[in-house]
Amino acid sequence: MIGRPKPVHASLQHIDIMKAMMESPEEKSQQSFCTFQVDGFWYGIEVDRVQEVIRTRPTTRVPLAPNGVRGLMNLRGKIVCALDLRDMLGLTALHARSESKDAVVQPECEFASRQMNVVIRSGVDLISLIVDEIGDVVRVTNDGYEPVPGSAGSNSASLLHGAFKLQERLLLILDADRVAAA
Amino acid sequence: MDDFEDIIKEFLVESYENLDKLDDDLLALEDTPSDRERIASIFRTVHTIKGTSGFLALPKLERVTHVGESLLAPLRDGQLKLNRPIADALLEMVDAIRGILRRVEQDGEEGDGDYDLLVQRLEAALDEPTAGEMVDEVPPVDLDSPAKTSIPADITIATGKPTQSIADSSIRIDVALLDRLMNLVGELVLARNQIIQFSGVSNDAPMIAASQRLNLITSELQEGVMKTRMQPIRQAWNSLPRMVRDLAVGCGKKVEFRTEGEDTEIDKTVLEAIKGPLTHIVRNAIDHGIELPQARVADGKSCHGTLLMRAYHEGGQVIVEISDDGAGIDPGHIAQKAIESEIVTRQQVDAMTERDIINLILMPGFSTADSVTNVSGRGVGMDVVKTNVEAIGGSLEIQSVIGVGTTLRIKIPLTLAIIPALLVKSGGERYAIPQISLLELVRIDVDRVEKVVQFIHDAPVFRLREMLLPLVFLDEQLGLHERRQFHDDLGNLNIVVLRAEDKQFGLVVNEITDTQEIVVKPISLQLKRIPIYAGATIMGDGNVSLILDVIGLAEQSGVLVEHHCYRGADNQIDSTTPNSPPESLLIVDSANRRAAIRLSTVARLEKFSISDVELAQGRHVVQYRGRIIPLIGLDGALDARINGSDSIHADRTARLHTVVYHEGPHVVGVVVDRIVDIIQRPKIDDGNPGETQVIHNRVTEFIDLRSRVEAALSGDRTAKAGTREFTAH
Repeated sequence: MIGRPKPVHASLQHIDIMKAMMESPEEKSQQSFCTFQVDGFWYGIEVDRVQEVIRTRPTTRVPLAPNGVRGLMNLRGKIVCALDLRDMLGLTALHARSESKDAVVQPECEFASRQMNVVIRSGVDLISLIVDEIGDVVRVTNDGYEPVPGSAGSNSASLLHGAFKLQERLLLILDADRVAAA
Repeated sequence: MDDFEDIIKEFLVESYENLDKLDDDLLALEDTPSDRERIASIFRTVHTIKGTSGFLALPKLERVTHVGESLLAPLRDGQLKLNRPIADALLEMVDAIRGILRRVEQDGEEGDGDYDLLVQRLEAALDEPTAGEMVDEVPPVDLDSPAKTSIPADITIATGKPTQSIADSSIRIDVALLDRLMNLVGELVLARNQIIQFSGVSNDAPMIAASQRLNLITSELQEGVMKTRMQPIRQAWNSLPRMVRDLAVGCGKKVEFRTEGEDTEIDKTVLEAIKGPLTHIVRNAIDHGIELPQARVADGKSCHGTLLMRAYHEGGQVIVEISDDGAGIDPGHIAQKAIESEIVTRQQVDAMTERDIINLILMPGFSTADSVTNVSGRGVGMDVVKTNVEAIGGSLEIQSVIGVGTTLRIKIPLTLAIIPALLVKSGGERYAIPQISLLELVRIDVDRVEKVVQFIHDAPVFRLREMLLPLVFLDEQLGLHERRQFHDDLGNLNIVVLRAEDKQFGLVVNEITDTQEIVVKPISLQLKRIPIYAGATIMGDGNVSLILDVIGLAEQSGVLVEHHCYRGADNQIDSTTPNSPPESLLIVDSANRRAAIRLSTVARLEKFSISDVELAQGRHVVQYRGRIIPLIGLDGALDARINGSDSIHADRTARLHTVVYHEGPHVVGVVVDRIVDIIQRPKIDDGNPGETQVIHNRVTEFIDLRSRVEAALSGDRTAKAGTREFTAH
């Protein structure tokens, strides 16, 4: 019973963050993001949407599934749909063009060791995002927030909230629900 | 009387609970006398008890609660203020109610307690609203009431019966809690499957023993939890008799509503899911099926239409049949309406079988009603019924004969959470197929493939006994293999024969591995849109497997929609009776011959011990379900067997395989040597003479049970009339 108010509080806070981000990005408040890297870009997802980060596990292929669905995993008795963020964000094309990464022939093996799964909650579903590398949890203030410029590809941009200007790089904020529904 | 006792039991359990609440409410009211909501709740409770007691013919209880209610009404409406004497009188009433209920529970009667004084007091409290402040009113109440009302309680102690009160031996449980338990058991089943898999490869004896124990306990627990969720199907159709009556009156029709098998148990979730569909089907049957009395009489039928609702278990499923003896569905009329509503085109209709046309009533937007009534005609209906039934993994079948009636058959799984499934492999992954759709497994070796698998253009078909079975390759449907062509080498074929709606098809898989109980888990949003998956499950090795949706698979592969492709083949097979629905035949051996009996005329299959057979009026009889039923044999086979066993005393315990025939008042057992099989084949039309046909490579004679039984009962045991009259009734 004691623990119960906590999630309520968390989700209220979450709504607050959303509001802050959607309506008045200038308002000063601190937010925490779980960060990870895909194909050289750094992305973030609100910390309270992330359930856990796990290593890649055996995945069952789902024929006919939309592009980006890697398969289904068993996470302690729950079935989790694994999405390949690289495909979802349309980075595959970029990746193939880049000459330096000739490991494209065997991407599974090359990344299998480093690849991680970020398990996020979306409604009642659990979704696992396959990423190349996991980063720290970073706290940012709303000062550094910018919306995604229109020049970003419309497909991938629809999955992004916006970007935070960190000192050394940009942190692209993913919209967890839109990723889950894509 | 059983039903009545059940009603009383339910009433008692409910009332005890309510009375406990009533005590609390009354006490709380003394502190906050103006809490209207509480008074209203008390009023409702008392009112409910009053209503039910009137219905159950408990006059004393009714009287007490009636005056109590009269006192509560002005309290609720604020015309009277609650004071001590009123509260006392009400509490006393609660005690009295409890006393009466206890007597009812023990003896089935109200007992001889005298409640006149209580009634007077309650009435007095009502008449003297201001008397509340007078202190001298109080003592007699306080002193008298325990003495009066404790009489029943004393009796309880005096008789000293250790019998448990109903309220103590049963509890009410939140369905959500049961759901959670069921989920947990599902998880346990998965964990069990995993442990069994691990212990299977180990040589550790204690480990194996422990896992076997775990296996047993899990199975029992699973059964137990499932049982708690099982409810008699009666609950889904409790409200129907009333509805039938009202609808019949509204339509000016005379309808007799009969139910059979209302104790058939079914999972709570499934029960809730079929309530709506059943109601709708009954509405339709009365509105469209059963004719007006004059029309019925003109057709030579009784002016009362009959609506029969029947539920029974068959092969791990529950079957609910709703049949009426009304006008039947006219395919011409349906086709006309369907063309008018632009659901199909004239050309499409021309290519359809009668059965397909009747199935058009399941299409969205279909309605035959010329005008919208409050009963039906809004064009939402049967398609919703179909969707709802399919959503719980069930299927729907319509059989209709013009002028004779319509039968709707719903097949539903017993439970949804844990289902037996067949595991197959295709394209390197495992898939689970719910066994509810499974008919049989066929393996064809590579050297036979060419003979039995043929192509209709690009559609492969397989000659399964006397029918052409369309073949669907799973890997093609999954997009893992290109479409196979006429001259392709097919290799060995593993065919899973499946039933989707009323059609059969063969699903070709790479490998058939195992059967297993699986727990259906929902799949995420991205995958729900793919029609061929019904969900996913976790296997013994911890990996995830997808569960195939048989109907979705059939739809995607076109087995369902492109049916007219195979129509030519149909005609070739049963050229005598095109477009007829299949029927099930029971194949039996009797006196060295093979015989086929329509399954629809068979009530049950039983085994009686020869020692149970007795003689009465020169006839062999046996006691069966509280009645005496005659046994007849086919062609004197019975006499031979029973007389034969007389001489050899050792065989008195041998079993008689008996086909129980039940029609109206007649229940008759037909003894055969052996039950061989149940097969499906196209129905033979009316007027077709009795025949013999080759089934399973044996000459099989068709037997009409009804005429056999009638002949036997009228004393003519050697009558062969049955073999000549193989008619549909």
